[in-house]
Amino acid sequence: MSGFASAARAGLDDPQLRRNLRQATTTIRAKRDAAVAEVDDWEGLRTAGAAIKDAALLALDAHLERLEANVVAAGGQVHWARDAGEANAIVTALVRATGADEVVKVKSMATEEIGLNAALAAAGIAAYETDLAELIVQLGDDRPSHILVPAIHRSREDIRALFERELGETGLSTDPAELAGVARRHLRERFLRVRVGVSGANFAVAETGAICVVESEGNGRMCTTLPDTLITVMGIEKVVPRWEDLGAMLQLLPRSSTGERMNPYTSLWTGVTPGDGPQAFHLVLLDNGRTTALADAIGRQALRCIRCSACLNVCPVYERAGGHAYDATYAGPIGAILSPLIDGFERHATLPSASTLCGACYEVCPVKIDIPSVLIHLRGRVAREHGAPPSERAAMRAMARVLGTRRKYELAQRALRTAGRPLSRDGRLERRLPGPLKPWTTFRDLPAPPEQTFREWWRSR
Amino acid sequence: MAFAMSAARAEVLRRIRDALGDERAPAPPPAPAAAAAAPRVADPVARFTQRVGDYRAGVTVVEDASEVGAAVAAALTRHAAADAVVPADLPAGWVPTGIAALADDPPLPHARLAQVGAVVTACALAIAETGTLILDGGVGQGRRAITLLPDVHVCVVGADQIVGTVPEAIARLAGTPRPLTLVSGPSATSDIGFVRVEGVHGPRRLEVVVSRRA
Ligand code: SF4
Repeated sequence: MSGFASAARAGLDDPQLRRNLRQATTTIRAKRDAAVAEVDDWEGLRTAGAAIKDAALLALDAHLERLEANVVAAGGQVHWARDAGEANAIVTALVRATGADEVVKVKSMATEEIGLNAALAAAGIAAYETDLAELIVQLGDDRPSHILVPAIHRSREDIRALFERELGETGLSTDPAELAGVARRHLRERFLRVRVGVSGANFAVAETGAICVVESEGNGRMCTTLPDTLITVMGIEKVVPRWEDLGAMLQLLPRSSTGERMNPYTSLWTGVTPGDGPQAFHLVLLDNGRTTALADAIGRQALRCIRCSACLNVCPVYERAGGHAYDATYAGPIGAILSPLIDGFERHATLPSASTLCGACYEVCPVKIDIPSVLIHLRGRVAREHGAPPSERAAMRAMARVLGTRRKYELAQRALRTAGRPLSRDGRLERRLPGPLKPWTTFRDLPAPPEQTFREWWRSR
Repeated sequence: MAFAMSAARAEVLRRIRDALGDERAPAPPPAPAAAAAAPRVADPVARFTQRVGDYRAGVTVVEDASEVGAAVAAALTRHAAADAVVPADLPAGWVPTGIAALADDPPLPHARLAQVGAVVTACALAIAETGTLILDGGVGQGRRAITLLPDVHVCVVGADQIVGTVPEAIARLAGTPRPLTLVSGPSATSDIGFVRVEGVHGPRRLEVVVSRRA
């Protein structure tokens, strides 16, 4: 077992995780469907969303330069990072220059991707996650399992115990409102004290230099408003060309993501504003493999992704295996294409196979990323550039031999029936098949071979 | 550091150009037709108040500006707020007598704002379709921190400020140099056991007063 397959085993064996995931994804799916049904021309809006992001990607250099010029004109500073190490070094140096040794952070996939918290810790700077779920993940020294609900693998009881152990609280109940109240008190003190904020960005407008952060809890507002210095780390694909593009994006994202007409808080700012909010603003533009993805003409549509997580919530593989199985920052269907595209096939060669190609992800994607087609394209690239997995090649060779003549085929069926009977129960093959078919049957339930083959039945009729 | 940064800038731009080759977007980019053509809302006040109510925020509709003060007072009383921070230029008469009003002038320290029971503001615009309030730091709104730290936010909306849809609001806000905050209901999380809890970090209570006439 390797890659996705072995990591998925842990998820499949954890009934709590599977229950939580199923409950959450079922609830979000229903909410998303209702929110989308309310919009008269959702299809037109999706098409607009895809067109906006394509327009941004196909002239990405020009839009980034325009964004940079506008941020600088509004009193901000722009930094460019080729990779994770460079981005971490920039942020670390910026924090050091303020004299601070702690930062408050709002959940961001980009900083998760580059491992910013660990880099800051190595430099003696404490990074406090302020999203409730991220706080839970951080206190538990854990990893997020879902873009939207990163602590979905934690039960209320887990969280109660965690807060009592890590936050010095006693006598807590498992009431979510009470637990959220504990987090509010704990984090409020930090918001008022810490002088540097770190955020990601959902959108950045080239035309005006505006940065947009979309959130629910208010911690994003805290991190982008209260500190003296704000550092935003943004993947270069987050830029949109024009201000009016927000009109489409701010409909597509909340309805697809949490199934709300609008998320509770959306913050937009441009550079610095005298007398209001941080008086120093730094924008870090992060490549880290995005230009590699851009070079793949079919794969580049993955860069349209606005991280709504709708594709995760409809994915049968994700629902059963859980986010940790992908062993990558980006999980689910989008992770299966984005991770190898930006992070290379060496680490993620098995991910393009982590799908049944059912197509549900494409249907819900607000920016029309054709994930199944990109998956097939990437499987092709894996096979061409890195060779097909050995078991698949062996199985294909055996199949060709057996299907070659009718006699061999009938013999093989009889052999399978004899061999399969001790392995089957209730009409299903209980255990893995031996030999070259082992990897395939490890993760699939097969019907047990019938007592009589079709040909035998036809002859004895 | 400066040199390293400009080297990174040049290389990222070069990588983008290499990746795209001759495939360039037609300039200017295509207009998002569907987003612009979003249908108008027939009765914006009714739609707006219904949508705000869906977020479990309080809504009061009054006939004209003379009734705003009383509606604000009732909203503050509902949440037992004894004091409220107000922007220096909040219209006179919106803050009821009997409540301790603190003008944010000179600016109050964050720690002080966190102890105030409520904040009363105007807004720049509102969106009917999504029940959204938009603050742009203009008249009667103050800086962002004052609507963030107190526990109750009372926001006064004029009927003529309500637009139908998100694209209409975005179009009206084009060219605004100030930071924007879009508020759709009180802060919320579903992070624990997937149960929705109102009020994590922002104001835990949102009260909206709609005045039909100025
Ligand atoms: S791929 Fe599409 S559906 Fe999936 S997270 Fe990205 S934008 Fe959402």
